[in-house]
Amino acid sequence: MTAFKLQECHKKTIEDICNSYNNDPGDLIKILHKCQTAFGYLPEDVQRVVAKILNISVAKVYGVVTFYSFFTMTPKGKHAISVCMGTACYVRGAEKVLDELKEQLKIKVGGVTPDGKFSLDCLRCVGACGLAPVVLIGDKVYGRLEASQVKEILDSYED
Amino acid sequence: MFNNVLFMEKIKITIDNKLVEVSKGTTIYHAAKANGIDIPTLCYLKLDHLNIENRPGGCRVCVVQIEGRKNLAPSCSTLCTDGMVVYTNKVRVLNARKTVLELILSDHPKECLVCSSSGQCDLQKLSQKMGIREIHAVENAEMSTYRKDFSPALRRDMDKCIMCRRCETICNDVQTVGALSAVNRGFMSVVAPAFEQDLVDSPCTFCGQCVAVCPTGALTPFDDTAKVIRALADPTKTVIVQTAPAVRAALGEEFGFEPGTLVTGKMVSALRTMGFDKVFDTDFAADLTIMEEGTELLSRISKFLNGDKDVKLPILTSCCPAWVNFFEENYPSMLDVPSTARSPQQMFGSIAKNYFAELLGIKREDLVVISVMPCLAKKYECQREEFSTNGNPDVDYSISTRELASLIRFANIDFNSLPEEDFDRPLGESTGAAVIFGATGGVIEAAVRTAYELYTGKKLTKVDFKELRGLEGIRTATLDFNGTPIHIGIAHQLGNARKLLDGIKSGMYNFHAIEIMACPGGCIGGAGQPLHHGDSSIIQARFEAIYREDAGKTIRKSHENPYIIKLYEDYLGHPMSEKAHHLLHTKYFEKNKN
Repeated sequence: MTAFKLQECHKKTIEDICNSYNNDPGDLIKILHKCQTAFGYLPEDVQRVVAKILNISVAKVYGVVTFYSFFTMTPKGKHAISVCMGTACYVRGAEKVLDELKEQLKIKVGGVTPDGKFSLDCLRCVGACGLAPVVLIGDKVYGRLEASQVKEILDSYED
Repeated sequence: MFNNVLFMEKIKITIDNKLVEVSKGTTIYHAAKANGIDIPTLCYLKLDHLNIENRPGGCRVCVVQIEGRKNLAPSCSTLCTDGMVVYTNKVRVLNARKTVLELILSDHPKECLVCSSSGQCDLQKLSQKMGIREIHAVENAEMSTYRKDFSPALRRDMDKCIMCRRCETICNDVQTVGALSAVNRGFMSVVAPAFEQDLVDSPCTFCGQCVAVCPTGALTPFDDTAKVIRALADPTKTVIVQTAPAVRAALGEEFGFEPGTLVTGKMVSALRTMGFDKVFDTDFAADLTIMEEGTELLSRISKFLNGDKDVKLPILTSCCPAWVNFFEENYPSMLDVPSTARSPQQMFGSIAKNYFAELLGIKREDLVVISVMPCLAKKYECQREEFSTNGNPDVDYSISTRELASLIRFANIDFNSLPEEDFDRPLGESTGAAVIFGATGGVIEAAVRTAYELYTGKKLTKVDFKELRGLEGIRTATLDFNGTPIHIGIAHQLGNARKLLDGIKSGMYNFHAIEIMACPGGCIGGAGQPLHHGDSSIIQARFEAIYREDAGKTIRKSHENPYIIKLYEDYLGHPMSEKAHHLLHTKYFEKNKN
């Protein structure tokens, strides 16, 4: 995985996001949220640009990014895997599915595979309890999943 | 007006069974304090008149019991209400404080004996006061540990941080430097630069004001005393020392003298006893600074008045190294605006290593120049590359007022019984103008005393420019230079400097000259000075002492210092000469680390 290189077009994206909040430092959390949606994570350079535009210190921005567990400075994989650990999914075996994912990908929760293909996270309830246990890969929902299906599903993602 | 009326409204509350009257809007903490009850706190900090307040309500040490309220309340951030009944010393309150303190200590290293803040530490003092003899909280609990960070001026050991966030408030709200912020959460939360990088890579100016308010040993100065001792012990070295003006107004506090006691003579005597070959005065170099900076000011003003459109005005003073770091970081487009004159510390070093070494007939490498400064940024300044020749720095080591005090104690000198002695010559002669460099407004007043006489050709009848003095954060004055109005701006604390500079950029202000000092009150409130522990009257007392020292001097204008005159005659030629330019001026570099 190559380190994030900030391009002019990225700067433009950040500027537009900040502009949509009138460059108000009071909206820092919302701005960071949008930036994370745009870039998948919040690398140093993005935080620096946000700080500059909002005219606040980078230390402050970093403070907010590290405080909220939703924000991440680790890039997500090309296919971001989220395992639902909500009550329904949990009692129906989400942990076994998660263990299998960790085993197959050889990464921990919050980690990314060395080739950048997959990243693994947990979340709480996607509102599809009827399909429990549920795993999201990108935008695709896999329901009523069993650990034995994991390998096959992962293999279906070729690149 | 409305606010004022509100503020003046009186209410009655009962504190520890005593009925007292306070203004509406007063916190319980302040109401208690005004009535002789000193509620302990580790995070709350207020410096009156200096616009410094830290009130995160985070340490929970200042809790009190309020009748009718279930939970204990933090007194620092709870306002008094009419008829409120408060207890500050019920057993429940004291036990809660003790528990809070034990919890803080459970995640704090127990190395007090060898900690550099030992004896000065608020946490240690409170633990003694509360009689903490063991920590019940959690046995064998895990401690949060962080990477240590050493910079040339200060060191961070965040294992000792108690998250009072005073440093964060100072760095962001007061100084507007923005190097520090609280990062992470829960057990791992800590105050750190962005991306937990080292301070040297952050926008830190090394003003050290975070160190001056740290209640523990988390932020401490980089200690250079061992190097000084080594130099003094080396028979092949000639070791000379220079002392900054603000040091003499504060050093006494370390030895039990009242704040504001001038201990110039005892300080000289102590340094001589410790074995320095010559005891010189940074004040000499301050006079030299005025010759160079004053001449530069006059030359820029004359050019301006003659219609030169390219001339850079206002001229900004450049004596304060934290201020230099600040504008290099924040105003890279204005690098040609500040005076090119080096700071007195560096002028002294340059003259010592060139002129004085030549007088003695020794190599610059065999002359060790030590400076005693009220400042931590000076430690960084003397290591700047441009202030060395072939790797040999003009000023070898800079120690703080507190470090000098500990050296004096280490040398087993009974400071109080020392005789009063005078500085050595030639680099120890100074004027009243140089002394006031230690206080906000002093550098510009000293410059005005000389510039006025050089510009008008007239003798000043009155050398005191009271309109330039004071402790307000931003001050302005217009002086009459024989019919020419000269507009002066003064700011202390970097946040005020930023306001002043932004005001100039936006056209709100129009000045010929501006003086800026990074610390509250100027160098007298420097981070190397004895700790004020939140008492701003100490800074006020030092401020008055500085002007007392000035008033007591026979010569009070820099250009009348006979040794300065001789230095120009024998060595430098005239102010702003090529030689002076080479030895006494500098240039600035764009930093912009963010």
